[in-house]
Amino acid sequence: MASRLRKWQTEYLGRTLVTAFGLFVVVLTLGILGFLGYKGSATFIDYGHSLTEFLISSKWSPGEAGQSGSIGSAVFIIGSLEVSSLALLLATPLSLAMAIFIAEVAPQRLSTTLRSVLEIFVGIPSVVYGWIGLAVLVPFIADLFHLNFGFSVLSAALVLALMICPTITSVATDSLAATPNEYREASYALGSTRWQMIWHVKLRAAIPGILTGVVLGLARAFGEALAVAMVIGQSNRFASSLLAPTNTLTAVITANMGNTTTGSEYNDVLWSMAALLLAISLLFILLIRVISRRGQAS
Amino acid sequence: MSKIDAGAGSQAGAQAAAGAGAAGSQKGARATSRTSAKVIDRIATGVFYVVAAFFILLLASITAYILYKGALAASPELLSFVGDGVGIQLFNTVYLVFLSLLVTMPVGIMTGLFMAEYAGSGFFVAITRTCIEALSSLPSIIVGLFGFLVFIQMTHSKWSLWAGSLSLAIINVPLIARTTEDAMRSVPRSYYDGSIALGASRWQTVTHVLLKASIPRIITGMILAAGRGFGEAAVLLYTSGMSSDVNFHDWNPLSPTSPLNPLRSADTLSVRIWSLKTEGIAANSQQIADLAAAILILLVFVFSLGSRALGRRLQKRMLSGN
Amino acid sequence: METETCVQTSALNLYYSDFQALRSVSLAIPRKHITALIGPSGCGKSSFLKVLNRMTDLIDHCRVEGQVLLADEDIYAAAVDPIMLRKRVGMVFQKPNPFPMSIYDNIAYGPRLHGQKGKHQLDEIVEKSLAAAALWEETKDRLKKSALSLSGGQQQRLSIARALAVEPELLLMDEPTSALDPISTGKIEELVFELKRSYTIIIVTHNMQQAVRISDMTGFFLLGELVEFANTNNMFTAPQDKRTEDYITGRFG
Repeated sequence: MASRLRKWQTEYLGRTLVTAFGLFVVVLTLGILGFLGYKGSATFIDYGHSLTEFLISSKWSPGEAGQSGSIGSAVFIIGSLEVSSLALLLATPLSLAMAIFIAEVAPQRLSTTLRSVLEIFVGIPSVVYGWIGLAVLVPFIADLFHLNFGFSVLSAALVLALMICPTITSVATDSLAATPNEYREASYALGSTRWQMIWHVKLRAAIPGILTGVVLGLARAFGEALAVAMVIGQSNRFASSLLAPTNTLTAVITANMGNTTTGSEYNDVLWSMAALLLAISLLFILLIRVISRRGQAS
Repeated sequence: MSKIDAGAGSQAGAQAAAGAGAAGSQKGARATSRTSAKVIDRIATGVFYVVAAFFILLLASITAYILYKGALAASPELLSFVGDGVGIQLFNTVYLVFLSLLVTMPVGIMTGLFMAEYAGSGFFVAITRTCIEALSSLPSIIVGLFGFLVFIQMTHSKWSLWAGSLSLAIINVPLIARTTEDAMRSVPRSYYDGSIALGASRWQTVTHVLLKASIPRIITGMILAAGRGFGEAAVLLYTSGMSSDVNFHDWNPLSPTSPLNPLRSADTLSVRIWSLKTEGIAANSQQIADLAAAILILLVFVFSLGSRALGRRLQKRMLSGN
Repeated sequence: METETCVQTSALNLYYSDFQALRSVSLAIPRKHITALIGPSGCGKSSFLKVLNRMTDLIDHCRVEGQVLLADEDIYAAAVDPIMLRKRVGMVFQKPNPFPMSIYDNIAYGPRLHGQKGKHQLDEIVEKSLAAAALWEETKDRLKKSALSLSGGQQQRLSIARALAVEPELLLMDEPTSALDPISTGKIEELVFELKRSYTIIIVTHNMQQAVRISDMTGFFLLGELVEFANTNNMFTAPQDKRTEDYITGRFG
């Protein structure tokens, strides 16, 4: 009896405790999915809008205080996609070059220093990027292109590109550095130059890791709210050019969640957007899983 | 694993060899291709140096700009703990992160222990792992909205420090869980066997030996989480609010305007930058934001550097005694 | 040699999944003697040690058949708590494995687990155990230092002291000197020889000279089978089995 009590104290109590915490994290995650899904469904259930209208239409005049209007969110969806993919397009080549430099070209000490610098910059708050964008980039773009305002898709994409560069570089560097040294030696032994070695051997071996970094950057850019909201201009129409303002899912949610009444159509459609954002983020996570599994398999 | 790698390596090697063979089919062609390969190599190396220099210059100039603007804006009045002084937000930032770590650390460590030692390799651990992964890559605005829904709307309460810190904790739990798991897994197996052979239970071994050996890395993770917390804004906008009404002469935690009261609303440095930039109407809002950004970035840098230094020191101490 | 038996195994079989690592091993280990187990790698001698303190419980798909009696008590009986068993059966591993804590805390670890809390008693146990492992003189001024700051040989003696601190009846040593230099090995051997006054020791070794130098009894394992178990002198001068003779004369292994 005493030994059983002892066993409970020294073994099962702890096991139960940590299992409960593991369970808690699962419940928490499912809770976030559940709550956002539930809140996001009100637009379609309480107000009877169709999913097609939400996704395809660009007619945006949601009702306040019990009224019903149009909730087409295509502008914001397209805006989010536009801004984040442009940011990715700008950031990827730069990050990749930087990663190759750190992992392969730079001398040892410089490479170590650069890695630490990168890690620090991964931690710079996004608000600060937004603030820089607002204070420097937006006026600069207005000047450069002779615009009244510099708030634009381009400004947002540049701010995001700057923000995700350290992330992508960091992941890509790790993945390049993790490729076995034998590849490098084998390639050099065959008489290839450093560049040939990097291009033909190293990059090929590191592709899954690099892709993971790129998707991670995309996910960060897509989900970033404040930095984008500060420089996108928050205009509820499609951008006619890269220099025109538009709006994104995150920016709309951030700006209006506090100004709309709970239960109104306007408020509910914001929650629908949040649910959509969540769904897309989960898609990115899934994509990363698939990529890294492929990488392991090959 | 290593076998597969070796296979891939020889394959890559074979490809390179094929390339070299093709280049060497004619003697003259070989000479030219050699020189051109060398030229390309030189150019590529040059390009890399230029890109790296540009990148570093960019990051350095951004930092310098922020600090410079902050220094220009600094004045005794703005550095104070009353009125427009950002001392209030500095305190809020640190206090909120501290409160959130009180939740993050136990939950994160326990979850990490579970993953490393108790979960085995079944279905449940796959689920837990996926959940942690999902949690760690959720946009922070999403977590903020969840916090708003659960801690504010469903409890019918006002924006508060505790709602903000709990939401922030959700963001950081995956980081601590993963750090703990990695640290535990990297502890040599011999520690485990040694402890078990002395008649320790698994739980005693995990807490007394494995966890102890993991402490340096967990602390590094904690500081990293703190650094991340300082900069978070999206998660706090709708949980801890965008304003503070606080009196720095009243330290009774129960009083509504006490800095310590976890039920009061509180804006942090990053939230303050956001609100000043989007709805700031005060004449000196530009200066306040400049100063707040500079302080914020200093805070983040200090913690980022500090975590590395401390991690190294703890590791060293553990190996040498004293 | 008329002596009491400490551990007795009969018809012991051990399986890792489908692989049979021990085949019907029956032997009686005499109390307060040193028993050496020799044999080529993978012959089952280390597995045999793990059976004796039920470290086999930690291995997935590992199955034990037969009987193991420690002081006439079946250690695989349902009522036996493996944790209490491991307190009675100490183990020293191939590689020194001090925990990343102070020398003092390493030794006090076991006694603390088993409920010893008093500072005074712990101090006493630490001194006694370190002294028994011939480490007290070298470490008494630096007990608060990390155990990882010790040399390899010192670390192994610390591991022995740590095992002694819980006062085991039986001490298992799994090639305790294989990771050490000759001088440290010599010290450990001296120590083991000293320890047999108060402890029963089973030592697995790769080194036949070592077995000759320190052990009273020797068991020779081959392919999971106990080929021969005899007085060490007899075994090395007049092996009964042809396979034993081949092994100790270096014809294989």
